[in-house]
Amino acid sequence: MFCRSILIAAFLPALVFPVHAQDTAPDDKRQRELVHMVRQDCGSCHGLTLQGGLGPALTPATLRGKPSEGLVATIVNGRPGTPMPPFRGLVDESEAAWIVERLVDGFPADGGPESAQQTADTR
Amino acid sequence: MIPGSKVKRAALAVSMLLLSACASQQPVALRGTGDLGVVVERATGQLQVIETTHRRALAQVSGLGDLSHASVVFSRDSRYAYVFGRDGGLTKVDLLTATIANRVVQAGNAIGGGISQDGRILVAQNYEPGGIKAFDADTLELLADVPATYGTDGKRSKVVGLADLPGNRFVYSLFDANEIRVTDLSDPRHPKTERYPSGKQPYDALVTPDGRYYIAGLFGEDGLSMLDLWHPEEGVRTILPGYGRGEQALPVYKMPHLRGWAVAAGRAYLPAIGRHEVLVVELGSWKEVARIPVKSQPVFVMARPDGREVWVNFAFPDNSWIQVIDTVGNAIVDTLQPGRAILHMEFAPKGEEVWVSARDDNKVVIYGTAKRDKRAELPAASPSGIFFTSRAFRTGF
Repeated sequence: MFCRSILIAAFLPALVFPVHAQDTAPDDKRQRELVHMVRQDCGSCHGLTLQGGLGPALTPATLRGKPSEGLVATIVNGRPGTPMPPFRGLVDESEAAWIVERLVDGFPADGGPESAQQTADTR
Repeated sequence: MIPGSKVKRAALAVSMLLLSACASQQPVALRGTGDLGVVVERATGQLQVIETTHRRALAQVSGLGDLSHASVVFSRDSRYAYVFGRDGGLTKVDLLTATIANRVVQAGNAIGGGISQDGRILVAQNYEPGGIKAFDADTLELLADVPATYGTDGKRSKVVGLADLPGNRFVYSLFDANEIRVTDLSDPRHPKTERYPSGKQPYDALVTPDGRYYIAGLFGEDGLSMLDLWHPEEGVRTILPGYGRGEQALPVYKMPHLRGWAVAAGRAYLPAIGRHEVLVVELGSWKEVARIPVKSQPVFVMARPDGREVWVNFAFPDNSWIQVIDTVGNAIVDTLQPGRAILHMEFAPKGEEVWVSARDDNKVVIYGTAKRDKRAELPAASPSGIFFTSRAFRTGF
C-alpha cells in the first residue's frame, strides 16, 4: 500500500497535465509485464529475439526511419488484412508508445512474468 | 536345458568382461527409448530429456540456439530428436547420451520440419528464405533445396503446415501464395513438386493419420482448404465455407497449430479462426457436425490417442485454461487451470496421462486423463513444446 501511494503521487502530475507519451512511462511492474508480453506473446509471431517469424522483425535496424505514430497505431489498432491483431484493451496508447520507444532503442531482456521470478529462483 | 544354461553362462562371462573393460568409465544402464521425450525450455535455449514411466527429467541439453517456436521430430529408432529452431538451427540430439550428435544452421528463419516415411530424410520448412530443404537424417548433409517461389518476379513465400506422406513425399502450404504443394523426395536429389491453388493465407495444416486428407487452416477467409491426396487431380476443395457467418472476427493473438491429432471418432476437431469455437467436421462427407463454444481462441485442439476426448488450450491473454471436449456428446466436460501461460500438451502414447507446459509458472504439469487428477509437477524454465518419441511412428509428426 505504501509503495502504491508513492507511485500514485508520482504519477499525479502526469494525470493532471496532458504530456507526451514518454513522460507517462508505465510503472516498473507494468514495464516488466509489457516486456514479458512483447518477448513471449508478441514473440509467437515476431520471434523471442524479435528477429521475425510470421510477423516482421522488430529490431532497431528494421524499425529505423518508420514514424513512431504509425507503429503505435499498428499495436493499438492492428493491421487489417494481416495477422496483426489490435491490442486495444490490453495495451493503451501510452504503453504502446513506450513499447515502440524500447523497440527502436533495442528491446530489454525479459525479466520473467510478474511474481513468477520467485518460483524460478526457489525451485 | 543344458545348452541353454551354457549360453547364459557364456553371456554372463562376456558381460562381466565388458563391465570390467568399462570399469574406468561411468557405467551406463541399458534402456529403451519408447518412454522418452523432450521438453523445450525456450528462454534458455535448452532441452530437457524426460522419461514418462517415472515422470522425471533425465538430463538437460544446451547449445541449441533460439528455441522460440522450436519443434521436434524423432528418428525411426527413436533414439535421436531432431530440433528445428526459429533461427534456422537443425540439431540432432542423442536422447540416450543427452548430447548433440550434429548441428547445422540451415536457414535464417525456420518454423519446423518433418521426417520421411523411411526415416532417411529430414525436411525443414522455412520462412526466410521461404521454402523447404531436405537433409540426410544421418549426416544432416543437404540433399535438396526447394524454394517456395511464386508469381513472375521470383518472390518466395513463407512455408507452413509441412507434413510427411507415404512415398517419401511432403505436403506443405505457402502462406503468401495461397497454394498447397506436394514435393516428391523419393529421389531426394531430384525433387519433383506439384502445385495446387488453395484458399487465402493458409497458416498451418494437418494430414490425417492415414496420410489421405490434407487440411489447411486459412487466416484470410472463413473456411479450410482440403486436398484429397488419393485424388489430387480433383484439386483443393473448401470445407466449412463461411463458418464465421459474416460476423466480425475476434482478434487472434496466437495462430492455432494443426496436426493429425485433430482427428477423433471419424471427425476432425478444428480451431476456428477469430471465433471462440471448435469446429467439428465429418471426414469424407465434410459435413459440419457441431461447433463447440469454448473459452477463447483455441490454439491446440488435440485428441487423446483413443479419440474419446479432445483437449483444447487457448491464445494469449486467456492462456491459463484447458477445456476438455467429450467426443460422444461434443460438449465441454471439464475446464482446468493448470498454471499460467499453457503453451502445449502432449499425451502419453496410449493417452493415460497428458503433460502440460505452464510457461509462466516454470513447470510442466502431468494429469491422469481418466479422472483428470494432477499426478506430478516438474520444474522447467519457461517450458513450451513437449514431444514424446511415440511421434516417430506417426505420419504427419
